[in-house]
Amino acid sequence: MFSLERWQEIFETISKNKLRTFLTGFSVGSGIFILVILLGVSVGFQNGIENQFQGDAENIINIYPGETSIEYQGFNEGRRIQLKNDDFDLITKGISNEVEFSSSMYQIFAGLITYKNESGSYRVEGVMPDYQFLEKADIIEGRFINANDLKVSEKYVVIGNRVKKDLFKNGSPIGKQIKISGLNFKVIGVYTDPGGDREEGRVYVPLSTAQIVFGAGTDIRSMGFTLPKEDNYDLALKESSAFAAKIEQLLKKKLQIAPLDESAINISNNIENTKEIYLLISAMRVFFWGVGIATLLAGIIGVSNIMLIIVKERTKEIGIRKALGAEPLSIVAMILHESIFVTAISGLLGLIFGLVLLEVVGPYIELDFIRNPSVNFNIAVSTLVLLIAAGAIAGFFPAWRGAKIKPIDALRDE
Amino acid sequence: MDSNTTMMIEIKDLHKSYKMGKNSLHVLKGINFNVKEGELVAIMGSSGSGKSTLLNILGMLDEADEGSYTLDGVPIKNLNEKLAAQYRNKFLGFIFQSFNLINYKSALDNVALPLYYQGMKRAERMERSMAYLEKVGLAKWASHKPNELSGGQKQRVAIARALASDPKVLLADELTGALDSTTSYEIMDLIQQINDEGRTILVVTHEEDIAHMTKRIVNLKDGVIIDDKFVNQVRAIQNV
Repeated sequence: MFSLERWQEIFETISKNKLRTFLTGFSVGSGIFILVILLGVSVGFQNGIENQFQGDAENIINIYPGETSIEYQGFNEGRRIQLKNDDFDLITKGISNEVEFSSSMYQIFAGLITYKNESGSYRVEGVMPDYQFLEKADIIEGRFINANDLKVSEKYVVIGNRVKKDLFKNGSPIGKQIKISGLNFKVIGVYTDPGGDREEGRVYVPLSTAQIVFGAGTDIRSMGFTLPKEDNYDLALKESSAFAAKIEQLLKKKLQIAPLDESAINISNNIENTKEIYLLISAMRVFFWGVGIATLLAGIIGVSNIMLIIVKERTKEIGIRKALGAEPLSIVAMILHESIFVTAISGLLGLIFGLVLLEVVGPYIELDFIRNPSVNFNIAVSTLVLLIAAGAIAGFFPAWRGAKIKPIDALRDE
Repeated sequence: MDSNTTMMIEIKDLHKSYKMGKNSLHVLKGINFNVKEGELVAIMGSSGSGKSTLLNILGMLDEADEGSYTLDGVPIKNLNEKLAAQYRNKFLGFIFQSFNLINYKSALDNVALPLYYQGMKRAERMERSMAYLEKVGLAKWASHKPNELSGGQKQRVAIARALASDPKVLLADELTGALDSTTSYEIMDLIQQINDEGRTILVVTHEEDIAHMTKRIVNLKDGVIIDDKFVNQVRAIQNV
């Protein structure tokens, strides 16, 4: 492989058979290129679909209280249930290992917010740091509320993009003081939310701050949890339902609610509404992998076909070389060396070209169902390696056949 | 012929048959034949006489069924492909009717090919090949591809290539078959010069005039030698 003499021989052969080299290279290069684009579009599709369907985390479980409907342990029916901080702690401490993100929340629906001469009425939510992920809020400036803000009840606020536009127009709000219900809050971040304008017309403050400012004590209005994502919908649904049941049981016991009471604790399990998305995404994944593997297969078959044709075309040359003293192994080495070199270089070119195209054009693609197509570099490189290896294996048999050609047969005049 | 010159080719009772479906075609039926160093021998015969088969066996491109073949004291039998390739490279130079040059390589690179398979370094290879191209009068054409050369020039390149590895024996198969008579005689003149320098050469031909430019004519018919005689060599240069 590292014999300089053979490299010279290969380069000479390659440079003097430009068309053949080009055709081999083109089939490999275009195969890889198409594969990269396909994988990219598949990711873009997934991004697009997720974006279309999901305002909130698709597997979020929300818990908010209601009124009891059954008389229980001396309490009358119709009792209003109030959740407190320690109810949330009970769940996170009790079954924390199953939870991915969790937050409790206290909100007021119409808080007057003013900045200089601008003002408006917005929903103010006291939340925990994880809430960002439950809501799928994307920070576009500054940061979200963190654990320390919560601990020391900072008067910080993270505002939605719509709020920013309303109050600040085009200026940056970071570090500015705004008034919420007459109290000064410092803006630390701006978020966008795939849920759109409605969900961007909110502001988030640390839960502890909200509870103090709005005189809520340790009251909370609701809590939300997500579980680690599962690829398989049925499994996700099963785990999530079991989790919801466990929460319900814990809360009912603590709050002295009848086990059969159906209105005291409301649990909305978003995953039940997202079956279609799960199915769509997994179907798409299967589809694109199928197409990708088929493309790869076509590429491999193409390479081996070309190798066969090359050996056929070079039969006479091989015969001459053998008559002049080429050993069979040197024929195999020559053909394989040439083919691996050509496949590697052209495959790499196809890969780079595809990646560059995705990188340059990808971010501009924001169609309804395709968003930011991109490709996992490792996957792209491993397909390239796979293609080269397959090309070498596919090329080996024609090369071996070439090495077995008898010089007298090859040199017999046509 | 001096009696103290070494025996280059010794063939004893050589048999070869080809299987054609159920029938077997007996092509060589017991050939006995010796060639001393420095001889220039023509092997003649009509088509089907077995002369090409004999040449292929001499060239280690094919193997005999029976009998023995010794080349410069080395018994040639049970060769695997690798060994046959090494022996061909070391002992033999081939000249073909259709030249068999590699058409994407220059004349110089074609001549250098046997040396590449000897593992010779590039610079040395090129220098040596150039010397042989000069010998056949084509130094000026070194960088030309075969398709830019005339038939006679192609055969000269092929001869230079056959000589490049300094083989014991040159084997020529109808080397003038694709050439007009003037060019044929020029090529034969070159062959005679090479023979004059002491190189052993075997020429398979069916042309009487070409055969008479050698020193010995072996006649084959139906797989046996019917005639083997030394002749007075006609110098090709007289006919050019």
